[in-house]
Amino acid sequence: MKKSINKISERRAAYIFILPAVVLLAAFLIYPSLQTVRYAFTDYNIMRPDRIVFCGLNNFTELLKDEDFWIAVKNTLYFTVLVVPFQTVLALALALLISSRRKGVSIFRAAYFSPQVTSMVVVAILWTVMYNSSPDSGLLNALLVKLGLEPCGFLNDPKTAMNSIIFMSAWQGAGYQMMIFLAGLQGISREQYEAASIDGAGKIQSFFYVTLPGLKSVIQYVVMITVIQAMKLFTQPYVMTKGGPQNSTRTLVYYIYEQGFQKRNFGYACAVAAVFFVIVISLSLGMKKIIKAE
Amino acid sequence: MTKRKTFEKFAFYFGNTLIALIFVSPLIWMISSSLKPESEIFKGLNSLSTFFPKGASLSNYIEVFQRINMWKFIGNSLFYVLVIIVLDLLVNSICGYALAKFEFRGKNLLLTLVISLMVFPAEAIMLPMYREMADLGWINSWASLIVPFVAKCFSIYMFRQFFLGIPDELLEAASIDGCGPVRTFFRVVMPISGTVYATIFILDFVAHWNDFMWPLLVVTGEEKRTIQLAIQTFFGSKPINYGPIMASLTISAIPMLIMFIFLQKYYVEGIASTGIKG
Repeated sequence: MKKSINKISERRAAYIFILPAVVLLAAFLIYPSLQTVRYAFTDYNIMRPDRIVFCGLNNFTELLKDEDFWIAVKNTLYFTVLVVPFQTVLALALALLISSRRKGVSIFRAAYFSPQVTSMVVVAILWTVMYNSSPDSGLLNALLVKLGLEPCGFLNDPKTAMNSIIFMSAWQGAGYQMMIFLAGLQGISREQYEAASIDGAGKIQSFFYVTLPGLKSVIQYVVMITVIQAMKLFTQPYVMTKGGPQNSTRTLVYYIYEQGFQKRNFGYACAVAAVFFVIVISLSLGMKKIIKAE
Repeated sequence: MTKRKTFEKFAFYFGNTLIALIFVSPLIWMISSSLKPESEIFKGLNSLSTFFPKGASLSNYIEVFQRINMWKFIGNSLFYVLVIIVLDLLVNSICGYALAKFEFRGKNLLLTLVISLMVFPAEAIMLPMYREMADLGWINSWASLIVPFVAKCFSIYMFRQFFLGIPDELLEAASIDGCGPVRTFFRVVMPISGTVYATIFILDFVAHWNDFMWPLLVVTGEEKRTIQLAIQTFFGSKPINYGPIMASLTISAIPMLIMFIFLQKYYVEGIASTGIKG
């Protein structure tokens, strides 16, 4: 008898405990997600919220013809394809640099992590100043000239603007992935290294035959979160380039923002958002599947 | 000590010092420039002196505080971020606890939902979210900055994983002592779960302190302006003097730096644990 009373009070407690989270998730995650899909099939303009007309697949057929949309897709993919390997390798290199247990390691760890502690807006503004295209007022160009190289246009040149953002983003973000790698490196036992060294493996061989295989699942995880983060690129182009020059840094999320809030084509922007949503979800599910399959 | 070991030790410290200095040089330059008079900042950029202010002065900092209400913007950010965190810790921990320790109908469905909603990109739903805020009359209010971010699938999941590790015997003992399930949670479970609360605290703090996009959409004017919006606005407002800009960047990094120094351990653990559990 006592037990069943306990069960009832437990069930009641359970519903009370989940209620706030469930209500909030329904209101601010599920509802807006469904609305995104709904608006994507309308001609909703933000200036006329009272007049929302269903327009079928119009937004999507429009999208296929929209050159700016495809540029945004291309830029987003370009950023992702370059920043992910660059940032991951940088993070792994930093983790390896400080993986040994020596005195003072925490100082170096803090140094490599410090860009993470300064916010993206801060580093984006800082690097905008550093990237100034004149050697007289741009730190990086002054350095290039000193090394006897040509000054670079960086953010002012459509050819180099996205690469400049990639470089800065990897610098800012690598510390985070480094921490994950450090935890992964601790999971590889000392014996494995010793065994490899008895077998005559040098530092480089033991990296390829012990470290890399031991980190496999960590690397997969890091790549996955970095890809998803990269797909959402917005703050850097917003602060540094406003999507320019010549659309070279306009990304999908930036395009959603621009269409929805600046051009006020809410319905159309929702269609872009829906496509973005499908891309991100399929990427993360796809990568999860690959990880699980192995 | 063999020669080789000495060399390795030297290489470790020398290499790391060099690389670390290069790595943080942009931040050193930021601080150094914030202490220089405007005319000095871009002088001698190609020499090492650019990283060392001669005769440091705080005049740029004074100018920032004269031109904009920095305290207010930092206060705004601290306020809304801390409110989100407190509510997040409460709402998501009880939900995570129910998922870990209670039996109820719909439990598996809810768990599946939480896990699959975790990958939802907020950027994809910001337009209808904005509309929802407008319908609720929440534009430019604290509510729009706080309420949508209280419930978080990630936090629920982290809490659940942690609470799964609490032995059932402990809960049974509390129940025999006459504690109902609610009291057991607040009196027995919460006090021994400091680590997970601290971890979510710092992960949340970093995420929301840095948030830029959502405040950009829902905050208009100075009243609710967050620190990230404030430095971005300051960067674009005339007269563009780089000394004060660098000073504003430096100031805005301080609260997070302090938070990080105190909660570093939990932050690192939080990052590491998300990686290992996948």
